[in-house]
Amino acid sequence: MFRNQYDTDVTTWSPAGRLFQVEYAMEAVKQGAAAVGLRSTSHVVLATVNKAASDLSSHQRKVFKIDDHIGVAIAGLTADGRVLSRYLRNECINHSFVYESPLPVSRLVVHLADKAQVCTQRSWKRPYGVGLLVAGLDETGAHLYYNCPSGNYFEYQAFAIGSRSQAAKTFMERRFDAFNSYSRDELIKDALFAIKETLQGEKLTSSICTVAVVGIGEPFHMLDQKIIQEVIDSIEIKEDDAAAADQAPIQDEDKSSEAAPMDI
Amino acid sequence: MEMAAVKDSAILESGTERTLYPYVTGTSVIGMKYKDGVILAADMGGSYGSTLRYKSVERIKHIGKHSLLGASGEISDFQEILRYLDELILYDNMWDDGNSLGPKEVHNYLTRVMYNRRNKFNPLWNSLVLGGVKNGQKYLGMVGMIGTHFEDNHVATGFGNHLARPILRAEWREDISFEEAVKLLEKCLLVLLYRDRSAINKFQIAKITDEGVTISQPYALKTNWGFSAFQNPSKGAEGSW
Repeated sequence: MFRNQYDTDVTTWSPAGRLFQVEYAMEAVKQGAAAVGLRSTSHVVLATVNKAASDLSSHQRKVFKIDDHIGVAIAGLTADGRVLSRYLRNECINHSFVYESPLPVSRLVVHLADKAQVCTQRSWKRPYGVGLLVAGLDETGAHLYYNCPSGNYFEYQAFAIGSRSQAAKTFMERRFDAFNSYSRDELIKDALFAIKETLQGEKLTSSICTVAVVGIGEPFHMLDQKIIQEVIDSIEIKEDDAAAADQAPIQDEDKSSEAAPMDI
Repeated sequence: MEMAAVKDSAILESGTERTLYPYVTGTSVIGMKYKDGVILAADMGGSYGSTLRYKSVERIKHIGKHSLLGASGEISDFQEILRYLDELILYDNMWDDGNSLGPKEVHNYLTRVMYNRRNKFNPLWNSLVLGGVKNGQKYLGMVGMIGTHFEDNHVATGFGNHLARPILRAEWREDISFEEAVKLLEKCLLVLLYRDRSAINKFQIAKITDEGVTISQPYALKTNWGFSAFQNPSKGAEGSW
């Protein structure tokens, strides 16, 4: 995208019918560190890459618990994400107070999308520069939504956002048909695999990623670093096995191509 | 000039209004869970003080797909509550997203409304019974005019608390069938008819199950006044009635 005379205000249309400020906001999401989400019929898993500004500082928080049954992972301007998380928590708490019942995920997502849309239609505002993966469980089942700065939202079986998310998406596109029947642990494993894809060769350790789960009978919570490292180790072992069997016939090669990072 | 004078006195007098006493009232509502759902009963009387003035007041209404609401107390306040709930259900339906407000949610909403009004010293003068079924789960609760709320297997308002609940406590069972539940309710209604001055002999029984709501047509119970003591009422004390 190049600078043009229609991209200064969010309230200015381009002749081609585009709102450039909104599109630039979506660019901000693409520049953020990666976040992935996967859903089965009973569980939803979120995983993010946590980059630290320097070795001296702590990692940025990209996963927020919104309520016992909903959590979000963000990519983009994390400050905007923090503010929106506070809004989402407020909406959930208010609903629980009046109805003593958890806010259905789809309704929360619509509230959020409406809030984002407002910022695309006021000259004194700017769009939120953050994309949110909303994972939640309600009466109608497990849900994963993606909320865009444009005010759009979609429901997904699995999705990835942020930098090099295409690698994770490609990985998940090959496997998502089976996700509905995955067990909780299989989902976590695939989420970490997907995160690994976005690292493009960098070593995956539990210190640079966050994993969170919500499911039937399991309130939203972030997994312990130790547990994450154990899953990563088990992935690594499988990879080593696959690499060793590379000399062997074609079936093994399939297994190794699924485990190894993409270098195309 | 005139306007200013009127305004001054209005400020001094405080032109706001609030409920002080109920005027047209309904008497007891009784409800209980049974095997397939929840059943409510109430008479159709609206009393104006001690006058049994209105005799076709429907005091049990259905709310959305999953709930029944029965009310005793001020009838106009009940109608106001129905308008609130109508709006609530309307917005819920407008989402059109597969989610719907169940009896638990409606009960809690009503609790918030009643408690809020009580805090402003302008109560909705009602005792409400909220019953319903959603996804096979039965729910029965009560809210009073001061916001007191609770759930139970059987509830009653007003005189029903004193006359009907002891019967229900003794004879209610978890797996009571519909026919048995109706018999049990009619037993309570009869006691209330004999002993509650504001009760009339015209009832509606409403049931709610996962399939839906049914509110019966009004009907009367058979009463028995043929007691020998009524033959010569002043036998005990001549000159009395």
